[in-house]
Amino acid sequence: VTLTVWLFQGCFVFKPTAKKKRISGAEDFFVDGSEDVENGKLRFRLCQSTWDEMKEEIEQVQEDLNKKMLDGLLEFVKKSAASFWCRDDDWMSRMRASEIPTAALVLGVNMPDHTITFESMTELLHDSLTPFVASVQAKECTAMKQLMQKVLQRLMGTNVMVDEDEAEADLGFHTRDCPQKRVNCSLSALCDWYQSATKKSPVKSPRKRLSSSQSEFLQSPPVVVIFRDLEAFSPQVLQDFILVCSQYVHQLPLVFIFGIATSPSTIQRMLPHSVSSLLCIELFQSLSCTQHLATIIDKLFLTSKFHFKFSAKVLQVLVGIFLYHDFSVCNFIKGLQLSLLEHFHSQPLSVLCCHKQEALVHAQQLNDRDGCVMKSQTSLLHHPQGVCQKLLKSLHKYHKNFYPALRCLHVLTSILPKYPLGKQIRELYVLCLEKKVWETQEYDSAMQLIRMLAKDELVTCLQKCVEILTFCKSKKLKKVGQQLQDITATCEKLDSNLVDGEEGDRENDSSGKGLQKTDLFHLQKTLLEMKECRRTRRKTPYEILRNCGITAPLGLYDGISTPRLEPPSRQPSNSQNTLKNDSGIISSAAPDICIIYKLHLECGRLINLYDWLEAYATVATAAEGKDPSAIEGGKVDELKHARFIRAVSELEFLGFVKSTKQKTDHVARLTWGGC
Amino acid sequence: MSPAKRAAEVSGLYVRFVGDAEVLEHIVERREGAKVPKGSVQKLLALKEDQGPQECEGSVGEQDYLDALGTGATAGEEDGGGGGGGSSGPGGSAVFTFQTAKRSHKMAQMASEMARAPGRTVTFCSPGSPEAAGSPSRGSRGAAGETRTPPKGRKVRFVSSTPHRLRKRLAAPNLRSESDSDLSPSHSEDEEDDDEEEREEKEELREAELTTPSKVAAAALYRTPAKKPKKGLEPSLVEEYFTAHASSKVTTSDRTLQKLQTPKLDQETLARLLDGKPSSYADEINQLNKEHEKFFSKWMLQLQLGFNVLLYGLGSKKPLLERFRTSRLLGVTHLVVNGFFPSITLKSILNSITVEVLEHQGSFRSPVEQMDFIMKSLRQDPSLQVYLVIHNIDGPMLRSEKTQQALGQLASLTNVHVLASIDHINAPLVWDQAKLSLFNWLWYETTTYLPYAEETSYENSLLVQQSGALALSSLTHVLRSLTPNARGIFRLLAEFQLESRDNPSYSGLSFQEFYQRCREAFLVNSDVTLRTQLTEFRDHKLIRTKKGADSVEYLLIPVDPATLTDFLEKEDAQ
Repeated sequence: VTLTVWLFQGCFVFKPTAKKKRISGAEDFFVDGSEDVENGKLRFRLCQSTWDEMKEEIEQVQEDLNKKMLDGLLEFVKKSAASFWCRDDDWMSRMRASEIPTAALVLGVNMPDHTITFESMTELLHDSLTPFVASVQAKECTAMKQLMQKVLQRLMGTNVMVDEDEAEADLGFHTRDCPQKRVNCSLSALCDWYQSATKKSPVKSPRKRLSSSQSEFLQSPPVVVIFRDLEAFSPQVLQDFILVCSQYVHQLPLVFIFGIATSPSTIQRMLPHSVSSLLCIELFQSLSCTQHLATIIDKLFLTSKFHFKFSAKVLQVLVGIFLYHDFSVCNFIKGLQLSLLEHFHSQPLSVLCCHKQEALVHAQQLNDRDGCVMKSQTSLLHHPQGVCQKLLKSLHKYHKNFYPALRCLHVLTSILPKYPLGKQIRELYVLCLEKKVWETQEYDSAMQLIRMLAKDELVTCLQKCVEILTFCKSKKLKKVGQQLQDITATCEKLDSNLVDGEEGDRENDSSGKGLQKTDLFHLQKTLLEMKECRRTRRKTPYEILRNCGITAPLGLYDGISTPRLEPPSRQPSNSQNTLKNDSGIISSAAPDICIIYKLHLECGRLINLYDWLEAYATVATAAEGKDPSAIEGGKVDELKHARFIRAVSELEFLGFVKSTKQKTDHVARLTWGGC
Repeated sequence: MSPAKRAAEVSGLYVRFVGDAEVLEHIVERREGAKVPKGSVQKLLALKEDQGPQECEGSVGEQDYLDALGTGATAGEEDGGGGGGGSSGPGGSAVFTFQTAKRSHKMAQMASEMARAPGRTVTFCSPGSPEAAGSPSRGSRGAAGETRTPPKGRKVRFVSSTPHRLRKRLAAPNLRSESDSDLSPSHSEDEEDDDEEEREEKEELREAELTTPSKVAAAALYRTPAKKPKKGLEPSLVEEYFTAHASSKVTTSDRTLQKLQTPKLDQETLARLLDGKPSSYADEINQLNKEHEKFFSKWMLQLQLGFNVLLYGLGSKKPLLERFRTSRLLGVTHLVVNGFFPSITLKSILNSITVEVLEHQGSFRSPVEQMDFIMKSLRQDPSLQVYLVIHNIDGPMLRSEKTQQALGQLASLTNVHVLASIDHINAPLVWDQAKLSLFNWLWYETTTYLPYAEETSYENSLLVQQSGALALSSLTHVLRSLTPNARGIFRLLAEFQLESRDNPSYSGLSFQEFYQRCREAFLVNSDVTLRTQLTEFRDHKLIRTKKGADSVEYLLIPVDPATLTDFLEKEDAQ
């Protein structure tokens, strides 16, 4: 083994010898350390397949969510390109002619998430409209020259790449062109290139299957420039670029797309009127990230489709990180992936976390293999054979019933004032996961509020519930749905009766109302009783859910996206705690760095090294069991001196102190506050 | 200032020594308020540093500091003594707690905690004589005789000089105006010019004058019941920050490492001394590290699934990562980067990748281009898995935004797996949201308690003596290329600096004087010539110029005396 300590080099490369070369798959590492290899492999496979399913679903959801915005965008680009070519001579279009069509996409502050959006957007544009798409980021374009260079490179580069597939003959032309990019980096060069590229052949368009009505685009597709993070661009660069581009707008069908994180007013702030008047801006708003998250949770967790569920705590942590830290759906999904992995990795019983039939088979296998794994799990220890299968079945059934019921409850409670059971369905879900919801106080107050609902509100809610329930497959729920429908019908009837009555006899108005009230009250009461019993019935198998509950690595997740902004100054004291556990007492024999750290806490901004050393030496001498008073001034033993130096260097390395020139032999303290 | 007024002020200064009883009362009360069981105040350190009796002018700064040091513990002592004289025992001596403790209760706790194990009170004599042997300017401070800290009587005297500091500390929240006039300026040895000292004197006198009346107010304030709730409030971190930075002056003692017999150890001695020294908790630490090793497979799994692993926690994580590397990574291409290495650059990392991993022989115009090339080639060959082990990704040379961005881009590739460690307390600030998403970290706490032996071996610590070899060779090198006259000029300056090496207030040779000397030695004929020459020296960083208080330019060779002596000897030999 080569030593990686070397005074004159900081970077070492190790390549495996051909003999040693061995690439173990992730599966090997997954299985490594678990006693049951077969079980491990099975779990790994399950983990992979579950994750793949979930990923697919997530992608589908995201695509659907972005679809509306992207379609609008596509339409916009198409329209602006069309107006470029079918230019009429009327006043309006001449006015417009000098403007660059611009789409402003308001995407929200979770910047890292936008990458996917932009990628799918580029792909979409590329596939359906134009091969000329250039996407630029602020950090690669700090000056006008770089921006131009990037735009040109990407526009021409993309084309060359496309050509390689289709027209090998063109390659010569383009490669001849390539060196020029650097030399002649101007928009007029781009115009020339564009002219030749489009005139050359309609072959340029990557998609031939487009209808003939779009042949116009094929001949002259728009040139799209995407500014991914508008806020980060320097206003000067942007202004210059827009001014230059506006000069060429007659020769190039340019379209800009601005990615905006904050608000559309940014454009006004960054660009003076003289520049922004050159743009013809249309605003597109993407779905807010909270809605995005809500949809993801809805599609992944509030359904019996996936058998991997979060426990209340994990869901709360992930949602907390999302809401209070980064608004990043990507991070949430990463958290999901991690907990999925962790679950399958650490729980031998997670083989049961899959589809019903499969799970039954796995349970059987577990039983066959004399159930030693099963027995190790205390919760299933006392159950005789076969019980496991039964429990699994009821769990799956329970899930099927649980989610529609949850949705119904949410429909009913989300219109209540102050949202006793939460505004979002995920809050209600967490509540249900935590405890028996029908036993909570919130539930009672919610029920009281429901009783006070106006009739028509109630009826609309009930109708929504009926809608939800009719889509269920379970017989029980269907029956409940039917009952609900009857009730709503009665309600309606009651209403019409009353209206008749009122019309008939206006004098008896008050009594009529009283009748209505009592009637409605009774109705609601029966309704609620029914609902309640339904709910209780449904929640009994809840405990089983717990058995299969998910324990995700909370501790691990802590740090994923929460940088420890607070200096972890407690580290050394932590160390003392552990040491306390080890030996029962905190002693002055604690590691040097702990002593040094403790002593430095007593100081102000500057620390006198000599005093520090003396203090340390005293403690260290005491630790050795000698009488510290024996130390004569200035005679600190060499070893202690060396240990002191090391500990101080370590503190310096950790960033607690730094050397200072303010005073001789002093160091400055970089943290504040003591103990 | 008229002598009369001055005298009045000096007498004013004495006023603060009167209030012992009052202050003691407060201390006692505070103790009780903090509910420290009597006798729990153990002695962490005992300081026996004597001061000349109330020599206000020269010794105020030092006195104050010592007062501050002694306060908390002495107070405890008084308390213990007053309450039946239980704990402090005959061997008990004045306690030296390191510096002003904002919450003496906690400090006492810590002291007792730390002293519990040896089960004895720790007494400690501080050297006295070096003070006298020290700089000439110290002489004026009234070097005092040293004796062991005597019991009681002496202590009371200590306390008697305490009030101001103590009062200030206690009253800081309610008496802002007073805390502004800090009585404890930091004495820099460099500044100890005569006029400097004079100014300090005046300042102190003025402060004394200021504080005299306010003391009454402060004392009155203590009596009010409002004090109790004030104490109950734990100062928040923010408040602590402002307390620490409220005044630009800091009180610390003026003792220097020169007092030690071996003021500085060099790197080799240090390594020799520390080598093979068993830690007192070797077993526990070993066990802890064994625990971490159980994660190895999991890390590999998570790395392969697209996460990157980041280790944090106290103690060097290099051995751990090294074990990981040797046990899991030998079969794959991997790269070890020592982020703590003082001259590591992004370029060297990228070069290692392009040259050794990708076996590319061309050169690149810019790191951006190199990055693009790496990204492209790695994307094209997904079968090539590269593991990047970065010790201290927060190292000083890797902290820059660009470097982290580049590393993040590498980390975001599917076939690059990063395993890194951080140590600096502010390390997580290196990454913003965008970079975090590139890195996709999983944070593992791996506290190892191992010494940062390698990591700090590069650290140019204050305490480690520089061998000076580097400075010497560069000096000789540059000087060799100069004209004989220029060498003579430099030599003149070097000799002068060596002559005055014992004068701690030496701040350099003034330009005028230097010119005079150079003229006398027939080295220059006009001050323009000298200036040209000096500019050249300065460009080569051979000298440093500093504007003094009298706006005269002072010239200094920023090399320690030993190196300079070596240099002159070498020159002589030639």
